[in-house]
Amino acid sequence: MPNLILTHTRYQFLEQLRVPIALVASAFFPAAAMLAFVVPFAGADPASATQATAGMMLFGAMSAALIGLSISVAQDREQPWDPYLRTLPAGPLPRFGGRIVTTMASMLLSVVPVLLISAFLTAAAVSPLRLALGIGALLVGSVPFMLMGLFIGYAVSPKAAIAVSQVTYFPIAALGGLLMPLEVMPSFVQSLAPFVPSRGAIELMWAAVAGRTPSPVSLAAFAAWIILAAAAATWAYRRDEGRRFS
Amino acid sequence: MTVLARAIDATRRYGDVLALDRVSLDIRAGELIGLLGPNGAGKSTLINLFVGLRRPTSGTMELLGGSPSDPAVRRSIGVTPQETGLPESLRVGEIVDFVSAHFPERYGTAELLARFGLGDLVKRQVGGLSGGQKRRLAVALAFAGRPRLVFLDEPTTGLDVEARRTLWEGIRSFHADGGTVVLTSHYLEEIEALAQRVVVIGLGRVLADGTVQAVRDVVGVRRVSFAAPAVPDLPSIMRSSVEDGRVHLLTTDSDLLVTELVRAGTAFADLEVRPTSLEEAFITITSKEEARA
Repeated sequence: MPNLILTHTRYQFLEQLRVPIALVASAFFPAAAMLAFVVPFAGADPASATQATAGMMLFGAMSAALIGLSISVAQDREQPWDPYLRTLPAGPLPRFGGRIVTTMASMLLSVVPVLLISAFLTAAAVSPLRLALGIGALLVGSVPFMLMGLFIGYAVSPKAAIAVSQVTYFPIAALGGLLMPLEVMPSFVQSLAPFVPSRGAIELMWAAVAGRTPSPVSLAAFAAWIILAAAAATWAYRRDEGRRFS
Repeated sequence: MTVLARAIDATRRYGDVLALDRVSLDIRAGELIGLLGPNGAGKSTLINLFVGLRRPTSGTMELLGGSPSDPAVRRSIGVTPQETGLPESLRVGEIVDFVSAHFPERYGTAELLARFGLGDLVKRQVGGLSGGQKRRLAVALAFAGRPRLVFLDEPTTGLDVEARRTLWEGIRSFHADGGTVVLTSHYLEEIEALAQRVVVIGLGRVLADGTVQAVRDVVGVRRVSFAAPAVPDLPSIMRSSVEDGRVHLLTTDSDLLVTELVRAGTAFADLEVRPTSLEEAFITITSKEEARA
């Protein structure tokens, strides 16, 4: 089975590498947000610049996972190649695995400009060890969003996937305190925040880069989201019979 | 003989459309079965049920003693993708490697491509192949995992005569080595050239299941029509209808029918005899089925 995950990863990579413009697009958005929001407002203070950079990395990762993955899965399902793949002797695991690893790789590439901007244009500071931990936390933190992206991609059409993933993406990012600090948010947002997956993810990243202690409630909710989203994605995959071509 | 795949009372609906209606079919080891039927008859739906792509609305599908939805049993089958869907950006060799990796037993990529006359194209991107080359690649993929049973959906559509014959040779040699083949086609010629057993599908049902000869007889129906007030009662008439003052008769022996017609002294005018097309034969058979239902 691990071999098949590798096989599917390699295949996804090859497809992605031959259309490099998609990589450029996914790198542009978080970098632009970094320049627009973090550099002018949080750039001067090392602690807040570091945490805001982590927030932007996660914001970008969520976009790649939720929006990027759901749209590409939904689009692939429109092609007759997808039903063929379903006749091969493989269940959802290799396909999910291949998609997740490939999306993580393009996510890591999209993080590079954010890190460069952070290093040269803000006061953010982090040790190499904490940076490595932070990237690890980013990968772990993106998992529930990948699974949600897979769920949306297998559940709805490409057009609906664009809408559903965006409508899911912004509220989850905002509720988790990725766009603005929770302290300035209304109190109902503050009471909801621990239960959204983005909160557990950002707390993991802050623990990694700044040594902050994550809230146990957020981490438990984060784990619960992974289980829930994995079950939903598997359900949608099994239920999907693709489009009818004949 | 061992039954490799079996449909038991399989029904499949798409919303209000009944695509398959209580189909029961056994596919036995070593058979070369042609599924014949007009577009929309239910051939593709039946294959999709056999390969686990869709589930029956009711009834049961069995594949190699298990369920088609179990990936493990699908290790012994091969399926042709639609050539229009092959990933354009990948190279021929990469696609074959990818598909082969799913199977415990496999041909080498080079050997498989050589068998299908694609040996020179390993490094070519799929997007740059001709339609015929894509079709051959699609058929080759069905054999990548050294299957016991292959499902070939319209394997030669869009191929020129020479390529078609080469492909037929490949299918025959697979069958000669003990492989089991289920193929669909709307070319009667193709089914005649390859299949031993023919299953005619129409309106989601199995209308005929037998040797090539038996089905040929069904298809070898002729239409005799003339202007007459009423349908005569003659033994060689298979089916009759009256339309705008013209009587249409279907028969397997038009010579005998005309002889009978003259002997019976029936008044007729404007006699016309013509072969029914395959499509027409199906429509006739299926409309009879409909009338019966």
